[in-house]
Amino acid sequence: MSMPFYVAPEQVMKDRADYARKGIARGRSLVAVICVEGILIVAENPSTTLRKVSEIYDRIAFAGVGKYNEFDQLRISGVRAADLKGYSFSREDVDARSLANQYAQILGQVFTHEMKPLEVEILVAELGHGPEDDQLFHLLYDGTVIDEQRSAVLGGDAESVAERVDAGLGDTTDLAAGLNVAANALAGPDRTLAAADLEVALLDRSLQRRCFRRLEDNEVSELLTGS
Amino acid sequence: MQIPTFSPGDDPGPDFAALLRRQGLVPAAPDGPVSAAGPVTHGTTVVSIRYADGVVMAGDRRATSGNLISHRTIEKVFAADRWSGVAIAGAAGPAMEMVKLFQLQLEHYEKVEGSPLSLEGKANQLSGMVRNHLPAAMQGLAVVPLFAGYDTRRNAGRLFQYDVTGGRYEENDYATSGSGGLHAATVVKLGFAEGLSRGDALDLALRALITAADEDSATGGPDPRRNIWPVVATIDAEGFTRVEDSELADRYHQIVGPDGGGAKS
Repeated sequence: MSMPFYVAPEQVMKDRADYARKGIARGRSLVAVICVEGILIVAENPSTTLRKVSEIYDRIAFAGVGKYNEFDQLRISGVRAADLKGYSFSREDVDARSLANQYAQILGQVFTHEMKPLEVEILVAELGHGPEDDQLFHLLYDGTVIDEQRSAVLGGDAESVAERVDAGLGDTTDLAAGLNVAANALAGPDRTLAAADLEVALLDRSLQRRCFRRLEDNEVSELLTGS
Repeated sequence: MQIPTFSPGDDPGPDFAALLRRQGLVPAAPDGPVSAAGPVTHGTTVVSIRYADGVVMAGDRRATSGNLISHRTIEKVFAADRWSGVAIAGAAGPAMEMVKLFQLQLEHYEKVEGSPLSLEGKANQLSGMVRNHLPAAMQGLAVVPLFAGYDTRRNAGRLFQYDVTGGRYEENDYATSGSGGLHAATVVKLGFAEGLSRGDALDLALRALITAADEDSATGGPDPRRNIWPVVATIDAEGFTRVEDSELADRYHQIVGPDGGGAKS
């Protein structure tokens, strides 16, 4: 009878974390910025059909980077949880905080108990009634929840992108400024990104019920060249 | 509320009703005649008319329980989503629930799939809901909706009528439902012409409701004294728009004349 090898838990966790980080680093990054008009989410994504940013509920958006099928499954579960909650209670009772906590449960559970961790990082954003009430919950592959202020960066190259975002953001940011900062931060010093390379969505403060809207390429290129 | 998770073979897909069944959130149909427990609140007359730019939907505001008026200001015309509307007649409780579920179903599908259902697909969804409701309808809780919308693929308004079994019938020009529907339909039939303007279509819908209220005790006409006006909406290329009460009041006074006496239709 063969004895199972002993592997230290520290080593198991480290290996899984490395595995997840490697998977996430293969994809492109994503930036969310709180601005005057709402919460702007910008992803580098040449596809116009496989979305990284989507609507969860009236004032809640979802964004994911990493392995598409994994974060898309999380997105659909989130839509289901939100719609069920809104149906059972009231539309006002659906909030990003509880959704983020449930996502954290799932991510943490898979990270510790399954063979393979989820190779995703996700963002759950909720539009408040003013910019100071906006919420950005950044969730890592192991279930860590970070409550971000003003901006969030997800993806492989997050640190350097985040530095560029922080350097570019002023005290108050409007939509055009936010978009330009995000696009330049994603591009880095050596590249420029055109509207077709970006997937842009806004949780729009001026809309009544469903606040999520996508910005089409022509609107994005107008805003990009506008500054 | 926990995040629902499913194995790939067991996934309900974009179907919210299937998700509710899976979660055990669907109420059981009554197993005996509901009227034994007392009169049920009923909503009455709704009208839908196709015009040049789309469709008009209108409904009176009265709900009755047996011979009593139970509400004077209920609403029977709702936006189903941006491009379509649903109007209900029948047992008010289940009808409201059906509308709520239908609205959610359309939104849920759109969010899960990333694109909205076709107008035909929406009409079929509602048909399935009415059919599922048949056991309750057999116990006295019938719900008979109208569905109308702007078909963004054909660039035209379309309207659909239903029966209690879920039968779905696309109508070309107009459709009515509810206890005063017969009288309303006669007025619309006489006044209908191809390519009505928005204003003419609104006037025709108002006249139909005024006549229905005149003939049917369960239908409430416009009530200037209490400032209660029918719910009227247009659905065109711009989407679902509810017509302002002030505009309805002006049109009403034009129709009945300055003395406000008797409905002329």
